[in-house]
Amino acid sequence: MSTDIEKLDDHHHKPSGIMRWITTTNHKDIGTLYLWFSLIMFFIGGAMALVIRAELFQPGLQLVVPGFFNQMTTLHALVMIFGAIMPAFVGLANWQIPLMIGAPDMALPRLNNWSFWILPFAFTMMLSTLFFEGGGPAAGWTLYPPLSLQGGDSMPFVILSIHLFGLSSILGAINIIATILNMRAPGMNLMKMPIFIWTWLITAFLLIAAMPVLAGAITMLLTDRFFGTSFFTASGGGDPIMFQHIFWFFGHPEVYILILPAFGVISTIIPAFSRKKLFGYDSMVYATASIALLSFIVWAHHMFTVGMPLAGEIFFMLTTMLIAVPTGVKVFNWVATMWKGSMTFETPMLFAIAFIVLFTIGGFSGLMLAMVPADFQYHDTYFVVAHFHYVLVPGSLFGIIAGVYYWLPKWTGKMYDETLGKIHFWLTTIFVNLTFFPMHFVGLAGMPRRIPDYAIQFADFNAIASIGAFGFGLSQLLFLYILLKTLKQDVTAEDKVWEGAEGLEWTLSSPPPYHSFEKPPRVE
Amino acid sequence: MKVFTIIAATLSPSLASADWETNMPIGVTPTSEIAYDIHMLIFYITVVIGILVFGAMLYSIIYHRKSIGAKPAQFHESTKVEIIWTVIPFIILVGMAIPATKALILMEDTRDSEITLKVTGYQWMWQYEYLEDDVSFFSKIDDESNKARQLNSGIDVNQVKNYLRNVDNIVVLPTNTKIRILLTANDVIHAWWVPELGGKKDAIPGYINELWVDIKKPGIYRGQCAELCGKDHGFMPIVVQAVSKTEYHKWVSIQQNNKVAKNK
Repeated sequence: MSTDIEKLDDHHHKPSGIMRWITTTNHKDIGTLYLWFSLIMFFIGGAMALVIRAELFQPGLQLVVPGFFNQMTTLHALVMIFGAIMPAFVGLANWQIPLMIGAPDMALPRLNNWSFWILPFAFTMMLSTLFFEGGGPAAGWTLYPPLSLQGGDSMPFVILSIHLFGLSSILGAINIIATILNMRAPGMNLMKMPIFIWTWLITAFLLIAAMPVLAGAITMLLTDRFFGTSFFTASGGGDPIMFQHIFWFFGHPEVYILILPAFGVISTIIPAFSRKKLFGYDSMVYATASIALLSFIVWAHHMFTVGMPLAGEIFFMLTTMLIAVPTGVKVFNWVATMWKGSMTFETPMLFAIAFIVLFTIGGFSGLMLAMVPADFQYHDTYFVVAHFHYVLVPGSLFGIIAGVYYWLPKWTGKMYDETLGKIHFWLTTIFVNLTFFPMHFVGLAGMPRRIPDYAIQFADFNAIASIGAFGFGLSQLLFLYILLKTLKQDVTAEDKVWEGAEGLEWTLSSPPPYHSFEKPPRVE
Repeated sequence: MKVFTIIAATLSPSLASADWETNMPIGVTPTSEIAYDIHMLIFYITVVIGILVFGAMLYSIIYHRKSIGAKPAQFHESTKVEIIWTVIPFIILVGMAIPATKALILMEDTRDSEITLKVTGYQWMWQYEYLEDDVSFFSKIDDESNKARQLNSGIDVNQVKNYLRNVDNIVVLPTNTKIRILLTANDVIHAWWVPELGGKKDAIPGYINELWVDIKKPGIYRGQCAELCGKDHGFMPIVVQAVSKTEYHKWVSIQQNNKVAKNK
């Protein structure tokens, strides 16, 4: 009798082996899938980056033809943005949102399974174009027409795969919003939510608003190419600049989709290791919301050189500069959280501190780029490449890595090797600067981006950047090793892994039970 | 000894061309000088902000660590402080926006130009048309660079003079003259950019964009296409030679005579 009841009560039945992962509707399993998928994509995109850096190691063409070089720059961006950074954030969301708001799972578990399993198909299709006759997409990830309309057979496949991972993002975002708004523990009102939850809620709204715009733009490209429309071709009465407006109306919110969840992670880690509450919680929330709103009225700063009217240039310059205010508030609040704390410097904290410093440097160059008179010089040079890699690599990526180190012991119940973690941090931070800092210099000195070969005067800094890139890439193999070592070992982690950590996830066991919170906890 | 000479010979061109240039060129036109001034202004502002923020962080990291017995304080908000660090950056931004807007208005003022140069981008060359003087020609990468830049060409690119920054037909422009440059393209989007002459502008099919230069110093200025335009995007150099007005007029008449001779 009693065993029957136990059987009825057992929600834990699940198929074993591969079927467990294909059919899973569990937020932790899906989170794990997302994170491993993004790590694989990170290494694929990284290999492409190394092809680029190897070719740029010295002047002259030694390894690849220019056409293939352009395929590498295009796919490196698409894979890293949509395959590595975004799925990693969704993976963190899947793992952490139910744990942090006291829910048993995500609100829409089957949708959750689907939104993940779209991704491997989308990216297999996109990467398969590399083996087509004529190769993969080569017009840059921005897909500007008329150049993108010249592409080979890869173009419709790439567009379909962008549709697919766009769909995946929208479904994921719907699920996240539904979960956060409906499944919080009793007593957790919106202004008591952990800041990571706030940043993801806002990011999810950005995704829902921005991804359909991209879908529209690329569908118009598709009909221009195959169905004789002329949305973007001047000879048919269309307008190539209109594509850029539509694309960047998606593209700028996308930039914040790629950074806001990282803000959330950093805002969680800094207080934990400072042993002090986050400074200015309310203003953090308002700052995140204002950044999100502003992101919809600054898009044309990506295209100052297209010949906009003067009034347009001034408008977009001023709105772009305005973003510095809420972003500054965030940085100041982080520093104020550290101020008079009682800090220790475990690996997640090291990555978080490096995030603040290096992301702020990326923010500074962003402010410089906002100044239109100077942007006429910076635009489309390596200065821009340096800028967005500073906000994406030591920004978004460091946020993800910090989050993984911070929560990995909770997820697995096992503690990672702290010494190796610190070595990983120092190698990564040194090489990331060696790679991207010299790019500021060659950019200012006049080297355009997206070129496979360059004039001799840019040779020295390019050689340094290439050495840095290989060092950075190899250091990430250490990260993989640390992850595998953690999973294999026996050193168990405590339930409350970090002395200063706060939040519902630390009230659960490490690893947490399959259905996280079967009974909702009460908050205050 | 012989070995040494060979090593020296191999190293010397790269040493001679070793160029650790780290900043934007001031350039030779009013617009390039404006861009440089705005660039340096905002650079110094960000340096000061950076020193303050990172300084505070570093101080905190050194003195507020658990290992030296720091006890965490309890404060976690201060409306006053938060308003201060919202308002002060805003004021700094206004201070930057005013000179930037003024500079921008000046840069976009293409009125009262004396001559007009129409530039058309093609995959992968430029066409230049001097609208007043009826001179027109195409300009593409020079043969020497073009041979050297092929995959595994076997040519040491360090030995090629102005590798990738040399063309067959140079654009000649007069100094101390306000020149309006009209930009368009015939296939895909390109961007015409010579850093020392100021900013770039896109050359877009179906559009005519405007740019102006007023070159203050004679000399040869090099640049290249700055908007991804296909496989040979990296091999679309621009070379402008600025000469005095008299020399310019001489050059124009030679071009016109050549054209007449050709047509015969």
